[in-house]
Amino acid sequence: MDNSRANLLEEAVGISKGGRVVVVEDCVETSGTFVLYHFLKRSLHPDSSDVVIFIAFSHPFSHYERILRKMGCNLTVHRKNHRFVFLDMLTLECPDRNGKETRQDGLLALYGEIEKAVEIYSSLEGSRTITIMIDDISLIEVAANGSSNHVLDFLHYCYTLKAKYGCSFVTLNHEDIYSSANMLPLILQPEYFADVIIKAEPLATGLASDVHGQLTVLNKGSVCDLGGSSSKVRNFHFRVKENIVDYFYPGTQT
Amino acid sequence: MASSRPRGGSFSRNISSAATAQIPGVKLGPNGTSFLSSGIPDLDQILGGGFTLGSLVMVMEDPEAPHHMLLLRNFMSQGLIHKQPLLYASPERDPRGFLGTLPSPMASKEEKSNERPSEQDANLRIAWQYKKYFGEQNSEVQRGGKAEYCNDFDLRKPLERHFYSGQRVDCISLRDSPNLVPLLERCSTFSAQISKSDGNITCAGRIAIQSLCSPQCDFFDKDWEMLSFIRSLKGMVRSSGAVAVISFPPSLVSPAFLKRWQHLADTLISVKAIPDEDKELAKLLTGYQDMLGLLSVHKVARINTQVPAILEATTFSMKLRKRRSLVLECLNQAPVDGSSGSSYGTSGTCSGSSKTGNLDF
Repeated sequence: MDNSRANLLEEAVGISKGGRVVVVEDCVETSGTFVLYHFLKRSLHPDSSDVVIFIAFSHPFSHYERILRKMGCNLTVHRKNHRFVFLDMLTLECPDRNGKETRQDGLLALYGEIEKAVEIYSSLEGSRTITIMIDDISLIEVAANGSSNHVLDFLHYCYTLKAKYGCSFVTLNHEDIYSSANMLPLILQPEYFADVIIKAEPLATGLASDVHGQLTVLNKGSVCDLGGSSSKVRNFHFRVKENIVDYFYPGTQT
Repeated sequence: MASSRPRGGSFSRNISSAATAQIPGVKLGPNGTSFLSSGIPDLDQILGGGFTLGSLVMVMEDPEAPHHMLLLRNFMSQGLIHKQPLLYASPERDPRGFLGTLPSPMASKEEKSNERPSEQDANLRIAWQYKKYFGEQNSEVQRGGKAEYCNDFDLRKPLERHFYSGQRVDCISLRDSPNLVPLLERCSTFSAQISKSDGNITCAGRIAIQSLCSPQCDFFDKDWEMLSFIRSLKGMVRSSGAVAVISFPPSLVSPAFLKRWQHLADTLISVKAIPDEDKELAKLLTGYQDMLGLLSVHKVARINTQVPAILEATTFSMKLRKRRSLVLECLNQAPVDGSSGSSYGTSGTCSGSSKTGNLDF
């Protein structure tokens, strides 16, 4: 039963293939990080040989390690086996004391690191997808001292890796930050590039102990489909547990 | 005994958490986290044990009432009693003077038990307030066992001087400099002192920053600078054994930045004064006369876990028991007679996210 439930998200997202961009959006009331962990766990599945490059702005390694360990995925071991690259950006600062160059330099250095890692892993034998995960984009903006253009540049650079190496992307962003301001590009542009958009929202009636919120999954479908919009929207509730997340349609929970 | 021996089994207890048990004022929590007391027993209970070590707590102030000071005072006092290092920053000219206003712990436990209603009263409780009394009983047990972890503070009695004169208490005025660099440096030296050595926390520290973006400070309009300060502070606190509490007036932060601040907070609390003569609210809530204000918990720190904390209720009333100690209580709705048909909407204004827990009848 749990399997069929877990598949609700998988089903909505579709079959995993290289070069896909997934954008996760959440808000203060409901955190969407568990979707990130879901993709992390799936990419590091023992049957595949995929590689994850994780760019963490919000938590230290120990946090992710503990959570994934409860889900049955040992990040330390994957790190040793060169399947998991963790870039700790918790203290990344791109100060602007010497003008605008430095801001960009911090992000450029980060991009250089990502590109280097991607190059190394894509040169190894075997067909493997490299997934780049960012937690989360709004904090890059803070690290870059608010120059959203540099963050957009950085993201565009990253997206070029998709064409070159077939990398997948999973990024987290906070939707509510951008709801009122004129800083829309940072949410709209990733959405434009995204193949799948996943939004985590609280229930209109507030939070409950057995329904932690709802997910809206917009799957834009494959590009090669002829004519018409093939995008699908799914909406379902979820309940986050330590080792698994239950997904269910409203009212169908036993 | 066992603290230095490395273990291989996946089911063994984390070594670092075993070591933290010896630190005074630190309580072990789930998922390898540990808690510091907030100085308010009820708030500790609401948050599931206290403020998580390594978390950033943000308190949204009420622009008209200094209720956030109550939280800060208790938080700081509790740290001083546990002999934990403290860093206090405030927009006042003389932040050290604030230490003189910190409350002192209640004298004895007998006094506390006398304040409790007698046993006979307990038997005559009315059913619609039953939740309140369940909570009280639990907290009583908890307080009995962990009396040294969290004290009850007497807000009328100042803390004795020796608590804050000889120790590692650092005060800084936010007015001293036009930017946040000095404050950040102080915070980083502070957290370097108490930082974990090889994963073990040797001592816990507290950072209290009052009214971060108040107009007295020169940097109140530098939104990005403040954000990156908060982010850096969060990173520092996380890697050391400290808890940082920042209070700020949300009305002075623009809406988009307010959301960013809220996202950065691990634990998010807001306090709100209640108007003296709000007749409608008075009719709706019992014990309205004794209430100081309302406290809402918007977010609870989730470190090392993905499960969100769903609280029974998110809005609580702040009351002074015997005009001395601060208590938090669930909002209790007065029984509404069917004819009046007053809606729940008025209590919904207390917080943006009023919850069904308060309202179900």
